[in-house]
Amino acid sequence: MLTLEALRLRQGGFALAADAEVPPGGIVAIVGPSGGGKSTLLSAIAGFLAPEAGTVRWDGRDLAGLPPGERPVSILFQDGNLFPHLTVAQNVGLALGPRLRLSAEQAGRVDTVLSLVGLAGRGDDRPGQLSGGQQSRAALARVLLSGRPLILLDEPFAALGPALKDEMLDLVAGELAADGRLILMVSHDPQDALRVAERTMIVADGRVSGPLATAEVMADPPPALKAYLGR
Amino acid sequence: MRRFLALPLALLAAPALAQTPELVVYTYDSFDTEWGPGPIVEAAFEAECGCDLRFVAAGDGAALLSRLQLEGPSTEADVILGLDTALTAAAADTGLFAPHGLSPEMDLLPVAWDDPLFVPFDWGYFAFVADAGTEAPATFRELADSDLSIVIEDPRSSTPGLGLLLWVEAAYGDEAGAIWEGLADNIVTVTPGWTEAYNLFLEGEADAVLSYTTSPSYHVIAEEDDGKVAWTFDEGHYMQIEVAGIVAGTDQPDLARDFLAFMTTDAAQSAIPTTNWMFPVATPSDGLPEGFAEPLPADAALLLPPQEAQAVRDPALETWRTALSR
Amino acid sequence: MAHRAQPLRLPGPPRVPGAVAAALVAGLVLGPLAAVALRAGGGFAPGPADWAALRFTVTQAAVSAGLSVLLAVPVARALARRRFPGRAALVTLLGAPFLLPVIVAVLGLLAVFGRGGILNSALGLAGVDPVSIYGFRGVVLAHVFFNLPLATRLILQGWLAIPAERFRLAASLNAPVGRLLEAPMLRAVVPGTLLLIFLLCLTSFAVALTLGGGPRATTVELAIYQALRFDFAPGRAAALALVQVALCLAGTLLALKIALPSAFGGGLDRRVQRWDARGPLWRAVDAGVIGAAALFLLAPLAMVVARGAPGLADLPPSIWAAALRSLAVALVSAALTVALALALALRGGRLATVAGTLPLAVSALVLGTGLFLIVRPVVSPLDVALPVTVLVNALMSVPFATAALVPAVASAEAAHGRLATSLGLTGWPRLRLVLLPRLRRPLGFAAGLAAALSMGDLGVIALFAGERQETLPLAMYRLMGAYRMEAAAGAGLLLLALTLALFWIFDRGGRVGADA
Repeated sequence: MLTLEALRLRQGGFALAADAEVPPGGIVAIVGPSGGGKSTLLSAIAGFLAPEAGTVRWDGRDLAGLPPGERPVSILFQDGNLFPHLTVAQNVGLALGPRLRLSAEQAGRVDTVLSLVGLAGRGDDRPGQLSGGQQSRAALARVLLSGRPLILLDEPFAALGPALKDEMLDLVAGELAADGRLILMVSHDPQDALRVAERTMIVADGRVSGPLATAEVMADPPPALKAYLGR
Repeated sequence: MRRFLALPLALLAAPALAQTPELVVYTYDSFDTEWGPGPIVEAAFEAECGCDLRFVAAGDGAALLSRLQLEGPSTEADVILGLDTALTAAAADTGLFAPHGLSPEMDLLPVAWDDPLFVPFDWGYFAFVADAGTEAPATFRELADSDLSIVIEDPRSSTPGLGLLLWVEAAYGDEAGAIWEGLADNIVTVTPGWTEAYNLFLEGEADAVLSYTTSPSYHVIAEEDDGKVAWTFDEGHYMQIEVAGIVAGTDQPDLARDFLAFMTTDAAQSAIPTTNWMFPVATPSDGLPEGFAEPLPADAALLLPPQEAQAVRDPALETWRTALSR
Repeated sequence: MAHRAQPLRLPGPPRVPGAVAAALVAGLVLGPLAAVALRAGGGFAPGPADWAALRFTVTQAAVSAGLSVLLAVPVARALARRRFPGRAALVTLLGAPFLLPVIVAVLGLLAVFGRGGILNSALGLAGVDPVSIYGFRGVVLAHVFFNLPLATRLILQGWLAIPAERFRLAASLNAPVGRLLEAPMLRAVVPGTLLLIFLLCLTSFAVALTLGGGPRATTVELAIYQALRFDFAPGRAAALALVQVALCLAGTLLALKIALPSAFGGGLDRRVQRWDARGPLWRAVDAGVIGAAALFLLAPLAMVVARGAPGLADLPPSIWAAALRSLAVALVSAALTVALALALALRGGRLATVAGTLPLAVSALVLGTGLFLIVRPVVSPLDVALPVTVLVNALMSVPFATAALVPAVASAEAAHGRLATSLGLTGWPRLRLVLLPRLRRPLGFAAGLAAALSMGDLGVIALFAGERQETLPLAMYRLMGAYRMEAAAGAGLLLLALTLALFWIFDRGGRVGADA
């Protein structure tokens, strides 16, 4: 359970307030107008932005003071999710700890997740040798391997074409969401939300609301979302 | 492992520490190089003193004195070798030197010597050195009136440069400023030290360089090249006398005095011409080497007494700077 | 975009070593100065001659720095956007003047531009009056000769740090690369480069004096030399040295104010391809620029080689021991420099910049004298001659290594810091897994530069050197002092070869695997 308790975030002149409880499991889409604060919210949950007030809890535990790397959180950014100088296997292996030399057992686990995301045999390549879709798969493989219960996706597939993006979303839904992880996924596209997310949170007008059932939100969007959705 | 290494080292070091007295001599760099007088002097003196003579090279003559001043009375040095007559007054003022009580025979030195603190071991005349084919001026005025180009050393950072300053001062006194103004258009550049100046001259950057009357001897004897000459000036030539002195705080006063005396004996003096390229103070038993420069007639020697040299330095520097800054 | 502002102090690369390094550098620079001042025990007011010297010093340093950077920009641009056989070798060779001992470089320069040099001989044949290298012009020419290579290399690093993706984007938009990418990069790189060279020229001594033509070209460093060597006035020397440090601090703060950090973000290490400047005119311009720079910088070096070759046979056997000693000193001090500069760069910020430039401001003579005063009560200076040389050489190279590493660390952090933090990579693992691999090129460059500078530096050893523990440059200088110019030229050539080899090996090592 992710709890946002009287959370107040401020970045420059921009402010965002959140009070929400998100039950564990499944995919939650985060929608709202551009510049509405979706990334800001994820930053705070990931530990990159200190809240002005309020708390972020996971399963009742206050996350304040925990650096990003020690939170029960994996995050994928819009870009730069792989180190260009490390091989794909090394990048993925970082989920297991800050060592590049993996034990046979660990290497086996890396190979397994690479196969799961469809990158079997590409472990020795460098990110620069992969296509955009393959890079996303590699990053997903690392998230998968890290085994953290809360996953934040800050539009990591924005640069991919529609077909590829759908492929990735299915991969997220099929593999990541499988083990009862909670996935918060920023999205610009209502179709994405409808495709994989049962629930949706809305970030608009300086407030976070939801989560609500995605179908309901899309069928009858609140005023703040209406303009954004173009209805 | 370290302990096993340390033992033999200690054994090696012990006898040297325990038995042989050590004489530490501070000198300028070029004295103690493998082609300088250092190794010859060291071998010859150690053969008769039953001591360990240790040279410590400390830059040039001026650096030598400043090093001694930095160290003060606690200096390790027993003897300072290589100060010149432009520095002896300042050196005496430090109070760090002890009287030597020697009166060595110095037949080649063209001036009388009675300094109680310092004993000369070699000397030379400053002179402009040029290619043999270059038309030679006979005076500073002729040089100033000519189109000849010269490179000189800076009196604020080099001993030859200071020597030239005192040369013009000794020869012209109040007219020194006018001489420098006349020379201004002949001076290609002023270098920080002798090394840069002499290199520039050899590279063809100037017709002549301020050096010593003995400089051509190096080219004759070591390179069999007689193409370099030193210009003889009618005003006479300023002298540089290099001296050694005993440090007052020495724990080896007798050894130090022996060393000063040794420096004027034939063993050291005969090595001077072709290692230090200066005149010895006493004629070597075999005479000066073949091809070595002849000393100028005694009346050509110019030298301000140490106190006076010290007193005129600052005003002379100001004159020099003003004249050349126009 | 949350990553734009991060009010949170996130765990990042280690910062403590940077503070230690800054304290060490500041202590090594200011401690000796204080020791000299304390030894003097009195005040000192500068006279009119000192002010004149200060004016000349600042003017020539400013003009030299400005001209070096102005000329370096087109050279770096041409080298950044052209690929041709021998480019890597040329880039290495172009660095040589900066690495040479002053006297060797000056003699090489004179062989080309001097009264009897190639240029004037050619002009003479053409019936044109000879050009004099001496005076203000000569000082500036020599400083440009020394520092153009450094400026070119630092600015070239800036060009190479722009990711391939940005050029691709600019090309796809048909956008002007100059205004879009190069101008912001230069805005970030040029102020620091200018400052570095300005400070280098500020403490120049032998060049300014040898080519200055007379007492008009008196620098502050000469005044310090005179004060310490002839007047034994440590108070005067310390006061003048303090003026240099003040100038350095003022310059550093100004450069910090002017410089804007570039924010190109990360790329995927794709090979940079350039779509701009493809026309034959641009090609000709770049070829001309590279050719002219090569001629200006390499002709004097060729003369060093030509003069030195006959002397190689004359080298005394002791020269090899000196060369080995110099090599050892160079390697150890390079390691020390890189460690200090890396620690400073990881910490970053004002402290790193100030500590990283401070060593440039200090007069070598004051530094040597101060260290001598500090060391002597504890241990015989003779016994620590080589360690002190290592330390001082390392210290003197810190500014150059820091200049190469600070921007590289900043851009590596900007590109990959967020990801590293989210993966919990902090402290040592972050350094090892993320930063060091991203820093290979500037690290290699910094190590090569430090080793080469140490190789060619006379440094402070003169005051500490005794008996026959000489380094190669000192040995060369002593050969000259004994009229043995030919052997000295041979030693100069040996020094040039060893210096370049050291630089090349490290610099190359940093580029293996990375596109150069």
